[in-house]
Amino acid sequence: MNRFLVPLGVFALLVAVLAIAIRHAPEKGIIASPLIGKPAPAFDLPSLLEPRQRVSAAGLQGHWYLLNVWATWCGECRAEHEMLLKVKATGAVPLVGIDWKDDDQRAHEWLEQLGNPYQVVAVDRAGRTAIDWGVYAAPESFLVNPQGIVVYKVIGALTEDTWMHQVLPRVQGSLR
Amino acid sequence: MRAPRSHLAGLTLLLMAAGAVHALDTTVLPDPKLQARYVALTHELRCMQCQNESIADSPVDLAADLREQVREQLLAGRTDQQIRDWMASRYSDFILFRPRYSWRNAWLWGTPVVLLLLGAVIAVRIVRQRARLLPADHEPLDEDLRS
Repeated sequence: MNRFLVPLGVFALLVAVLAIAIRHAPEKGIIASPLIGKPAPAFDLPSLLEPRQRVSAAGLQGHWYLLNVWATWCGECRAEHEMLLKVKATGAVPLVGIDWKDDDQRAHEWLEQLGNPYQVVAVDRAGRTAIDWGVYAAPESFLVNPQGIVVYKVIGALTEDTWMHQVLPRVQGSLR
Repeated sequence: MRAPRSHLAGLTLLLMAAGAVHALDTTVLPDPKLQARYVALTHELRCMQCQNESIADSPVDLAADLREQVREQLLAGRTDQQIRDWMASRYSDFILFRPRYSWRNAWLWGTPVVLLLLGAVIAVRIVRQRARLLPADHEPLDEDLRS
């Protein structure tokens, strides 16, 4: 009997370790951004609605903003759009759109038909800025603080829950 | 049901065509050495959208963009390690199929070595213990040798 006690103990330990690991594992398919806590990657892109103006990370510094990567070819973005309009209505944080590898005409139509939640939309036709931000599937959103540091990343559509418990408390300073 | 030969031939052709389509990256770099590095690098970077394919094997748009990055950076004279770091600084270590050594994953690399050493120590102790228990065994052997 005694000789089985040690292997049994080791096995129990293994089960405990694996159970804890599985419980605490991040949601499958979600990859933590190495950008969190780092300065927002620089970009300088034309504005969708004001083609002669440019949108840059440097120009946005000094206030909070939620950078939202979207495209008209992205089905999940359409589902997210209503939430973005709600965010705009709160006035808590301006939305900066990055229109990722999209058709300008379609993007114009999209904003006309669904409403424009963005303070400004930058056009990333080549997708270089999206790569610099580590974007791999739209929609993705990045919360940037007035110092220009990325503090939070939303992968997939922004939900009421994520907005209320992750994004808004950070902007209001009650969550770091 | 009967499968006529012509159908089989057609199926074979279809499969061959599918194989040809699969070789989706036709990028050629001017220097064969650069080309070899390009092929190696694109095979060890993960396609973040499909996650179980390399960017060399993925038909996804983003994979094509990342291959283009690898090509441009190789032509600009950057080293393999610089390109890997560039990718990982954007997409995290997850983009590397071959993980980097770091203090965070040191235990993962170190555990087998520690276990091996532990096993060796235990084995040596058991062998020594048993050697001490069997001193009588030597005598008959000596006698056998003398005769």
